[in-house]
Amino acid sequence: MEIGLTHFLVVSTMVFLAGLFCVLTRRNAIGILMGVELILNSANLNYLAFSRYSSVNYDGQMFAIFVIMLAAAEAAIGLAIVLGIYQTFHTIDVEATDTLRL
Amino acid sequence: MQEVVHTATHAVTVHTVSYLRWIPLLPLLGAIVNGLGGVWIQKHLGKKVVGVIACAMPALGFVLALRAFVDLVGLESSERILLDTVFPWIHVGILNVDVAFQVDPLSAVMILIITGVGGLIHLYSMGYMDDEPAYWRYFAYLNLFTFAMLTLVLGDNLLLMFVGWEGVGLCSYALIGFWFSEWANASAGSKAFIVNRVGDFGFMCATFLLFWSLEGVDHPTLVFREITQYAPLLEGHVFWGVSTVTLITMLMFVGATGKSAQIPLYVWLPDAMAGPTPVSALIHAATMVTAGVYMIARLSVLFDMAPMTGNVIATVGAATAFFAATIGTTQFDIKKVLAYSTVSQLGFMFIAMGVGAYATGVFHLMTHAFFKACLFLGSGSVIHAMHHEQDMRKMGGLKKWMPITYLTYLISTFAIAGFPPFSGFFSKDEILWKAFSGDHKIVWFVAVCAAAMTAFYMFRSVFMTFWGENRSDAHTREHLHESPWLMTVPLGVLAFLALFSGFLNIPHALKGGANFDAWLAPVVEHGGHGGHGDAHHFDIVEYLLMGFSVLVAFAGAWLAYAMYVTKSIAPERFADIAAGRPYRTIFNKYYVDEFYDAVVIRGVMGLAGISSWFDSNIVDGIVNGAAWVVRMLSQLYGLIDHYIVDGAVNGVATVTSFVGGRVRRLQTGNINAYLYVIVLAFVGMMVARIW
Amino acid sequence: MNILTLMTFIPVVGAIVILCLPRDKDNWARWGAVVTTAIPLMMAVSLFINFDRTQDEGFQYEVIANWIPSFNIQYHVGVDGISITMVLLTALLSFLCIFASWGITKAVKAYFALFLLLDAGMMGVFVSLDFFLFFVFWEVMLLPMYFLIGIWGGPRKEYAAIKFFLYTLLGSALMLISILALYFNTTDPLTMTNTFDMVMMMDQANHSEWLRGGQIFGQSVPLVIWTALFIGFAIKIPAFPFHTWLPDAHVEAPTAVSVILAGVLLKMGTYGILRINFPMFPEATAQLAFYFLAAVGVVNIVYGALCAMAQTDLKKLVAYSSVSHMGYVMLGMASFTEQGINGAVLQMFNHGTVTAMLFLLVGVIYDRAHHRNIDGFGGLAGVMPVYTGFVAIAFFAALGLPGLSAFISEALVLLGSWQQNPMLTMIAALAVILSAGYMLWALQRIWLGPLNEKYADIEEINRREIFTLVPLAALVIYLGIYPTAVLDLMGASLNSLNGVVSKFL
Repeated sequence: MEIGLTHFLVVSTMVFLAGLFCVLTRRNAIGILMGVELILNSANLNYLAFSRYSSVNYDGQMFAIFVIMLAAAEAAIGLAIVLGIYQTFHTIDVEATDTLRL
Repeated sequence: MQEVVHTATHAVTVHTVSYLRWIPLLPLLGAIVNGLGGVWIQKHLGKKVVGVIACAMPALGFVLALRAFVDLVGLESSERILLDTVFPWIHVGILNVDVAFQVDPLSAVMILIITGVGGLIHLYSMGYMDDEPAYWRYFAYLNLFTFAMLTLVLGDNLLLMFVGWEGVGLCSYALIGFWFSEWANASAGSKAFIVNRVGDFGFMCATFLLFWSLEGVDHPTLVFREITQYAPLLEGHVFWGVSTVTLITMLMFVGATGKSAQIPLYVWLPDAMAGPTPVSALIHAATMVTAGVYMIARLSVLFDMAPMTGNVIATVGAATAFFAATIGTTQFDIKKVLAYSTVSQLGFMFIAMGVGAYATGVFHLMTHAFFKACLFLGSGSVIHAMHHEQDMRKMGGLKKWMPITYLTYLISTFAIAGFPPFSGFFSKDEILWKAFSGDHKIVWFVAVCAAAMTAFYMFRSVFMTFWGENRSDAHTREHLHESPWLMTVPLGVLAFLALFSGFLNIPHALKGGANFDAWLAPVVEHGGHGGHGDAHHFDIVEYLLMGFSVLVAFAGAWLAYAMYVTKSIAPERFADIAAGRPYRTIFNKYYVDEFYDAVVIRGVMGLAGISSWFDSNIVDGIVNGAAWVVRMLSQLYGLIDHYIVDGAVNGVATVTSFVGGRVRRLQTGNINAYLYVIVLAFVGMMVARIW
Repeated sequence: MNILTLMTFIPVVGAIVILCLPRDKDNWARWGAVVTTAIPLMMAVSLFINFDRTQDEGFQYEVIANWIPSFNIQYHVGVDGISITMVLLTALLSFLCIFASWGITKAVKAYFALFLLLDAGMMGVFVSLDFFLFFVFWEVMLLPMYFLIGIWGGPRKEYAAIKFFLYTLLGSALMLISILALYFNTTDPLTMTNTFDMVMMMDQANHSEWLRGGQIFGQSVPLVIWTALFIGFAIKIPAFPFHTWLPDAHVEAPTAVSVILAGVLLKMGTYGILRINFPMFPEATAQLAFYFLAAVGVVNIVYGALCAMAQTDLKKLVAYSSVSHMGYVMLGMASFTEQGINGAVLQMFNHGTVTAMLFLLVGVIYDRAHHRNIDGFGGLAGVMPVYTGFVAIAFFAALGLPGLSAFISEALVLLGSWQQNPMLTMIAALAVILSAGYMLWALQRIWLGPLNEKYADIEEINRREIFTLVPLAALVIYLGIYPTAVLDLMGASLNSLNGVVSKFL
């Protein structure tokens, strides 16, 4: 069986749903961050797949690289924020940190 | 058509020379040298040098004046005009005046008097002022005065004449207030200048009116030659409902009353005696005060056309002659007596001018210059000897100590009183005759009364000063002495002239040639009616009148003799009439000064006070008021701002914060909740889109 | 480079340089100011020599350059017979005033920098031929003046400064409106765009229909704009009843600032009327001159003289005498005769020199006695003879003594205006009596009479002060004897301007 565009899209949809589920259900801030990473990666998959199967240029691949970079930056800042939250609240449970100002 | 003919017949021939400018410029040079370097010269070279420099200038001027005179004599009588144009002065549009000096028979007489008498008085001053520390300043002023006076008479146009006219006023101001640390002297100077300014106002207005009237007949000019030529064109012109020429001459006469101390502007002259005595002789007797007479003679062509002005002038002259003489009879200050006599004599000159006898008036101007200068210098000699005492009640018997002064003073007194054959007889009698024959009988009568009083008060001054017992204190008496030759020589020369100058103009009635009248004729006679009742009138009436005026002079002199020498008539008999009220009134100069002070000075000062008050309270008040209103308005706007504009802003803020307070409940801070909202909203939008 | 541009901007350079000097070098600032005013003065002399006295149309030493092209604003300068006299006067008085300011010890650098800026502003007003440029210079000059009075002035300096500033600003506002009205209604015939160029505005062919004969507030447009401009300038002259800022400003200002204020700034008002009102609205000028110029001028003359007579502060007396003397300028302009208008501009120049002398002389006495109360002195002539000599020249010039400069101009003004309004002229001539009165009375009270012992050893006038007075005294005497020197500078331009206006009589 030839592996086509549809297979990639199915995989990516599953990864996306896993990520979304993770983001919506986890109470741990780091878990949420991981869910976000999953969603971003599902998007990357889509980019690469579309780039490979429908277009002659490398736009999609370029975007994927941007997204990876962005994800790295986002993870760095996100973790720093989480660290800050931990220092303030001594927990990283997002249910417990709903105070908008101290 | 007649005008054209007129103009053609009056075509003026002018002879150009280039030495005239030095006549006024030399004294100016002297004034500059002594004015700027006088301190140095006086300190290092001595007072003599200052005096010599100052005297040399009018002396050289006199030589040049003689030369001009000789040149004039050599010309045809109708062509006797010498002109020296120095440089263009004011050339604006149709106004063209130059700095140009002109000598004609009239100004020739004047410059001879000014440089001649002036030179003598400079010489006299070297003796009189020898103990004055500010010697240089005195001579600088004196030279400057000579310059201004010469400019006045030599200027060939009205504006240049006006420069001299006010220039002499300036020097008069400076010299009256020469000893300025006395308050009274400084005041007298200011008074002289300001009163003269009133006259100058008339002079200026007359100049403007004359210029534009001549423009109206297409010959705008201020040059005397051309005025003489074109003035007849103004005949019949009317301005403000009055004959133009009458208005011009009346305004000119206002100018003359100021400078020549006539009613109502004579008040400054008696006060002007505050200056050094030679100044009184030069400025306030011989030269400056006669400027008004000169001006009328110079513009005689206009005055000839305005008989009404002539009547006014003759009347004012007679009134001045009379009232000044009455005041003169009561004064005790020797210089005040002479001052009022000057005012009175000027009145005589104006009578002559008013009746159209211009040459006679100028003749009296000349003889008066001689004898009055001599009298003033004589009084100066006395004052010098008496250590600056001027009250005649403290003098007496001075002829013993001062024979030369006495003799010259006496000769001049005879001259001013009008005794034949002294010069005053010829000139004054001629005036009286011209007034009588010109049908001004009242003027004549008043003038004769004034002449009688003149004889009285002049002999009174001789008797009180030189005759009888000496009444001075012992210290002064010890130092009584005749003055040095520097002072007696000018006295002698002037007395000589006072004695003999009358022979220059012996009237036809006395088998004379009336040479002076003939000399001035080209300047002051303009076709028309010329001198009144000339040549043909000398019948028995003229001899009778002549005899009468001599008689009157004798009567005056006799009365003085009786009152002050033999004392057969006590002066109190006159003084005590009507409880002394008339006497006190006259002694206090009719309270005219007080009247002017109360009405004019206080009036103007009051007006000034009101103006100033108006300025700082009303005008500035409005300005400050406007500022206040603006400030109040801005306060009001401040309130509006606070409650309405700011209120609106704050209202918006309030609403916003209320709404925000409600809406912020949605902000739970729970990230999961947000995410659910995002996902649900997304799904909802997808569903809505597909459906 | 154009000589007028240099004359205007060299003082600016001087001001900048002075501001950059080290803090404690006050003398450097003084000499810097001397240099940067001496150069324009020398240029002024060369201008005086080389000026073409026969040219009666147009301008000389003209420069036109684009400045703000989008609004057609140009850098346009030039001189004609009207402005050249003012340029000369400004250059001379600026130079002399630096020496008169030598005694300033408070914030010396700032003082001289502001002073130079003021010089530049004044010079700019007189040379600019672009209305926008004119207005800019007009305002440039205002600010330094405000600070010079407000910082270095006398006890009530703040009040005087703010009064001066607000009053002048009111005038500026009216002027600005008029400028805009003119701008939007004047078309450059070459480019067919609106223009600020004064020379263009002077040609009524370039005016729009509305500007020539439209209606605004129920009045004819030229009359309204003329009046607005006039009020703007009248405040500067200062014409009655807008004159009350002047005595206050003078009394509080330091000597040199008073000199500039009376000597140059007042002339801007009358200069503006001649430069702008006359040629741009000749018909309105002919219609309104009697009421706004002749009558107001006579009120100025007589009222100023009367107010002067009542003053006890010598400086205030001189200030009111300025009000009186500026009245002659207005009266002369309104006469529409060559004598009157020439006399008016000559009077502007002569008043500049005479009143400068007067203020310098008042400054001399104030520096020594620290008061100016006329009745507080007495007999100073005995202890200060040289000083009194200068006083005599200045006072007699101010009261119009023939042989000194002011007489020529006053006589020309009165002679010229007689033709138009004999009655008014007579009233104005009455002021010669009043001016003799207040001048001589003040002279007598301060300098004559017995010596006030308090001032027995007052210091005689020093060399620096003599240096500031001698050139002015020499001018006063020289122009009295030979007025042609200035008359022929301005004659050609003024006579042609007079021709333009008197056509509409």
